[in-house]
Amino acid sequence: MKGSLIIIAFFILGTVCGLLHLVPSQLTQGNTSYFALCALIFCVGISIGNDSSVLQTLRHTNPRLLLLPLCTFVGTMAGCLAVSLLTSTHRLTDCLAIGSGFGYYSLSSIFITQYRGAALGTVALLANIARELITLLASPLLVRWFGPLAPISVGGATSMDTTLPIISRYSGKDLVTLSVFHGFCMDFSVPFLVTFFCEI
Amino acid sequence: MLQIMLMMVCGIIIGRTLRHRKLRWLSPLTTVLIWILLFLLGLEVGGDQTILHSISRLGKDALLLAAGGAVGSAVAANRLWHYAGKSKGGQE
Repeated sequence: MKGSLIIIAFFILGTVCGLLHLVPSQLTQGNTSYFALCALIFCVGISIGNDSSVLQTLRHTNPRLLLLPLCTFVGTMAGCLAVSLLTSTHRLTDCLAIGSGFGYYSLSSIFITQYRGAALGTVALLANIARELITLLASPLLVRWFGPLAPISVGGATSMDTTLPIISRYSGKDLVTLSVFHGFCMDFSVPFLVTFFCEI
Repeated sequence: MLQIMLMMVCGIIIGRTLRHRKLRWLSPLTTVLIWILLFLLGLEVGGDQTILHSISRLGKDALLLAAGGAVGSAVAANRLWHYAGKSKGGQE
């Protein structure tokens, strides 16, 4: 939670600096953010390649439950499709790109800003922060209404880190390995899905 | 998109090669990069009057999309839980 607040603080600090013109405009017009984005995705790749424990601990899990990342993807896309049809303020592919952040607000908002501009990047940031907050605050209700897999699925990419303690408490400790596996898969898919939906 | 994918694949290969080492610098570096990028996004938002004027509408859209995605994925997770035969705790 503290980490999330620091990230939001940096966004707000940037907004204030932009508003008061405290930083030279070359910083946003140049390729700075693209290079930083490449470095970030490289680091994400290293952390995924470096972590070999996830696959080893999954051997004893019910194989059907390994379909959970797919369910999260299908469910999120269906939900965003419905919102897109109801509101029709954004393009369908933009809504799907925002949805495929799966709560990974830092990476998805950065990607969407790069490809579709800062306005949509802001929507992506807020939507994915909200998704993480829903998981943190509503997990007990999610378990009661939708079963123990729901907080993992709603947590999306955060089910392996920030929302894991809450998931462990309300879904049960025996689902922690599945939760980490799920977060790992969603984490991995975010850059590909977001850029895919931004480019079509 | 191709460049991004290549960066990711290169990262995974290097991470795999270094999997017997603890990369203590990786997590702080990732965090700092995220801070820089979110600061830059903030700069862009703060410098753009059109975005600032429509921030309440953008916020509303964001909440709707978050709620849609959350409900959709919760329903899908519920279906999977039934399909998996409610096997206790997900373990066999």
